[in-house]
Amino acid sequence: MNNENNYIQGLFGGLKTLCIGLKTTMREFFTKKITEQYPENRGELQMFDRFRGSLTMPHNANNEHKCIACGLCQMACPNDTITVTSEFYEDEEGKKKKRLASYVYNLGSCMFCQLCVRACPHGAITFDQSFENAVFDRAKLVKTLNQPGSRVEEKKIVKKAPAAPAQPAAPAANA
Amino acid sequence: MFNFNIVSSWIHGLLTGVMPEWAAILIESIVVALVIITLYAIFAILLIYMERKICAFFQCRLGPMRVGPYGTIQVLSDVLKMMTKEVINLRQTDHFLHNMAPFLVVTASMVTFACLPWNAGAQIIDFNVGVFFFLAISSLGVVGILLAGWSSNNKYSLIGAMRSGAQIISYELSIGMTMLTMICLTGTMSFSEICAQQATEGWNIFRGHLPAVIAFLIYLVAGNAECNRGPFDLPESESELTAGYHTEYSGMHFGYYYLAEYLNLFICAGMASTIFLGGWAPLHIAGLDGFNMVMDYIPGAVWFIGKTFFVVFLLMWLRWTFPRLRIDQILSLEWKYLVPISMINLILMALIVSFGLHF
Amino acid sequence: MTDIKDNTLKAGQETAGQEAAKAAEKPAAQPVAAAAEKPAAAEKPAAAARPAAPRPAAAPAAPAAPAKNQIEPKNVAPAELRAEMERLKNEEKMDFLENLVGMDWGEEGLGVIYQLESTTTGKRAELKSVTADRENPMLPSVSDLWDIANIYEREVFDFFGIKFTGHPDMRRIFLREDWVGYPMRKDDEAEKNNPLRMTNEPLADVTESLTLNADGTVTKTENRIFEDGEYVVNIGPQHPSTHGVLHFRVSLEGERIKKIDPILGYIHRGVEKISEQMTYPQTLALTDRLDYLGAMQNRHALCMCIEQAMGVEVSDRVKVIRTIMDELQRIDSHILFFSCLCQDLGATTAFLYGFRDREKILDIFEETCGGRLILNYNTIGGVMADLHPNFQKRVSEFIPYMRKNLQEYHDIFTGNVIFQNRSKGVGVLTKEQCISFGCTGGTGRAAGWHNDVRKLHPYAAYDKVEFNEVTRTEGDSFARYMIRMDEILESLHIIEQLIDNIPEGNFQEKMKPIIKVPAGTYYSAVEGSRGKFGVLLESNGDKSPYRLHYRSTGLPLVAVMDTACRNSMIADLITIGGTVDYVVPDIDR
Repeated sequence: MNNENNYIQGLFGGLKTLCIGLKTTMREFFTKKITEQYPENRGELQMFDRFRGSLTMPHNANNEHKCIACGLCQMACPNDTITVTSEFYEDEEGKKKKRLASYVYNLGSCMFCQLCVRACPHGAITFDQSFENAVFDRAKLVKTLNQPGSRVEEKKIVKKAPAAPAQPAAPAANA
Repeated sequence: MFNFNIVSSWIHGLLTGVMPEWAAILIESIVVALVIITLYAIFAILLIYMERKICAFFQCRLGPMRVGPYGTIQVLSDVLKMMTKEVINLRQTDHFLHNMAPFLVVTASMVTFACLPWNAGAQIIDFNVGVFFFLAISSLGVVGILLAGWSSNNKYSLIGAMRSGAQIISYELSIGMTMLTMICLTGTMSFSEICAQQATEGWNIFRGHLPAVIAFLIYLVAGNAECNRGPFDLPESESELTAGYHTEYSGMHFGYYYLAEYLNLFICAGMASTIFLGGWAPLHIAGLDGFNMVMDYIPGAVWFIGKTFFVVFLLMWLRWTFPRLRIDQILSLEWKYLVPISMINLILMALIVSFGLHF
Repeated sequence: MTDIKDNTLKAGQETAGQEAAKAAEKPAAQPVAAAAEKPAAAEKPAAAARPAAPRPAAAPAAPAAPAKNQIEPKNVAPAELRAEMERLKNEEKMDFLENLVGMDWGEEGLGVIYQLESTTTGKRAELKSVTADRENPMLPSVSDLWDIANIYEREVFDFFGIKFTGHPDMRRIFLREDWVGYPMRKDDEAEKNNPLRMTNEPLADVTESLTLNADGTVTKTENRIFEDGEYVVNIGPQHPSTHGVLHFRVSLEGERIKKIDPILGYIHRGVEKISEQMTYPQTLALTDRLDYLGAMQNRHALCMCIEQAMGVEVSDRVKVIRTIMDELQRIDSHILFFSCLCQDLGATTAFLYGFRDREKILDIFEETCGGRLILNYNTIGGVMADLHPNFQKRVSEFIPYMRKNLQEYHDIFTGNVIFQNRSKGVGVLTKEQCISFGCTGGTGRAAGWHNDVRKLHPYAAYDKVEFNEVTRTEGDSFARYMIRMDEILESLHIIEQLIDNIPEGNFQEKMKPIIKVPAGTYYSAVEGSRGKFGVLLESNGDKSPYRLHYRSTGLPLVAVMDTACRNSMIADLITIGGTVDYVVPDIDR
């Protein structure tokens, strides 16, 4: 008798669970859909401000960047993604000085670990929020970040005090 | 109600007026075959689009949205893609059987498609033993599946085909039993008569009340299993056997399986609406003559297709809700639950009919 | 409280600078006042209970005592190893072989570090055994004492070439069968010996075992993996249900499974080897890529290991942040577990419900960490950036949302009679099997093994929150599934206790520009999403690790598949594989 009871109970119990499932899907049938229609919603699509898209070197209005070509970012990078080339020049006083010649960044080998940004003592590089990085040719992933004709921003005397511990909370952890 | 016989006999008369009878019949047959094939393709496209949209809505998605407004041309472009793809023949397969298998499947499904009563008088194959014919032809498809699995020379395909064989042959039993239950009620095996009867006396599902409802539910489950659709899709269960019996097919050969799967769904739903929901018979409620008059103005084909799509929706709802069964569970569901229940149901129906307890 | 968060987010260098200067000043100038001031300023009671005294920004003093995660393995000669191991197993009841790490000590020779734990007494033992023979190194196998040693010893053989006498199946596990050399040896030239091969990878049908005779000679025996005429089906490497490029050779009898032979290494990247050439901060970047559903926890383990080895103490704030992040990651992983299991069992709709909810967690992660899957958040001595101002709000919204949707999961899937029939009693693993195979995490807990690292060896802020260690006794697939579902609730509960009480403090300790770990062997473990994730670090005081070994959470789970699936059906293989919940990049490393 027990067996028969189990059979009947199993049948109706099973049917009940199936009905609960059907009820759940039917409820979802009428709820708001979550699809994001990507290329269409490009206009309002906003990435989070910490999103790491690709490495950039911000330039100000005078076409000046902050990179002093120290090469710390290049050393911090686990993948040899960054190549900093520097050159020597003579300033007005005749002193030999180093400046940035080219800052080459290979997006294709970057793993967005942010070690370079942390290593930079001057805040010269940062990640932007771009994400449409697909290209047809791999060579296009190699980018020169310093703009042509740009030069390093002159240090302002006034700002010197806070500039020294530039990123105290995020120190140049590795050199 | 409009009877399609008027149109068909008018055409027949017209043709026999200018040519001998055999030529007229030949031309008619060709035209009917073309119509069937066109309808087959159109319905497949409709069903695929419907499935994509409905499954997306169950899943909190929108489904195809980009090709055409609301993705309406999506399926058409898929068909185009499938037709232009190369049919690949693998070296170590049995070429003859491998190429023949999809045709068997698609032929079986097309012939059963022809059994559907679209309207009063608009039925292509109509026998006095139509139900028999339908059951016989629909079981031809399993041969195609078994051949596909065997000739592919692939272990996944073979396991899929074996599962499919076990499953389809088992579930045929339930289908036969539920149909028998309804034949018991209608007293005829001809689809046209079954429909005509329901037009005058009311839909079978109401006439036969309890046993008819049970039979309807069992038919839905068994029919779903016959079509190899989820939750009974384990012959092709993509998470176990990648694609089961049609793993090795490409291009239009795969397309035939795809087509047949959706059309079998439609046929299964169509049979359910013919036998249980009155086919092309409009909804009549006794005592509401005005309402019945209005219902009569809706053409029979619309009724039939509407009911069929309703059942298709039910089947899709089932499919997109449940997880897949395991092969032993499928078989025990059939042999331990569906067969005994439908046997008892058949006896119940016989008693009801003999004591005149139906409406 | 608002001070730190708002300002840092503007990423103003000046503010950050001032703040750190402030933090540096405080303890020096007026430590008492700072401590007294804080609770008054903080509104939240728990913050008051644990006033976050800002730590000195200067580099921490060198620890006088050995680091708390330092281990000193007892050196056992190879000849006595076997007897010692048997004694530990049988007399000391060391039934859990946590780790078996191959090591190349150069001059000293090749060897293995064994880490054992007793699940009854909690006692731990560390041993090492070294053989000076580099040509033909041999050690006795312990694979008959602990089941998991089988696969661990194959790994050591693969990378170090140490042959284990008495091992039944001495063949490579990750690398190709025709690989030349043993790449983790310090003197191996893998690239020179192994040009890119254009041939298909051969798969061995025969494996060999070595027996050490009494007179010191070695006899080779050949064992066949599959008999002739067996119906062997390849599940993988490209298969929808192996959750990655994992390859099972499955011998079938009809639908029944007779034997499973896992073939690993399709995405082996040599993370441990690469780490040996990297500086410590650089090694962190690779941890996220091990078990990508436990990115936070993996990185947490490595950071914790290095910090403890260096004697760095992180602030309470960092501890709480890490705890919250670990738990969010656990929920994320368990939701994905649910989704993939549904997908594997054919319930595609439930799969998408899971993904819908996981998206919320990924958004939370992205806002604070800048990444969704590869998060890059923990650093040595803290975290990459302070919490985003929206973090608390979003998490607080997520908790009730997730509770509601968990009910939906139960409605559509858990209760479903089809799923119940497919999972109950399927792939039963007993507690003894789980321990012997080292199946930690949900798989072990489903069989009644209390193995939660958060309870046994609390780290971060886990000693300050109350939560239950979810365990079951059935050990079947359904139990494994329910463990994860219930753990989502527990994780939500943990986050709920912490989210409004995040103490103040630095989010990053000041570290030296070049991080060097004092010489020694260190081991730290965290509770990963799917078990105990351990980091074994051998340092010789350099700026990169001498050897870094990750105790994979997934490797034992793959190793147990053969045992769990015997005599089940193919469909059960999918269920079992889904419920033991392995992630391939973590296995292959």
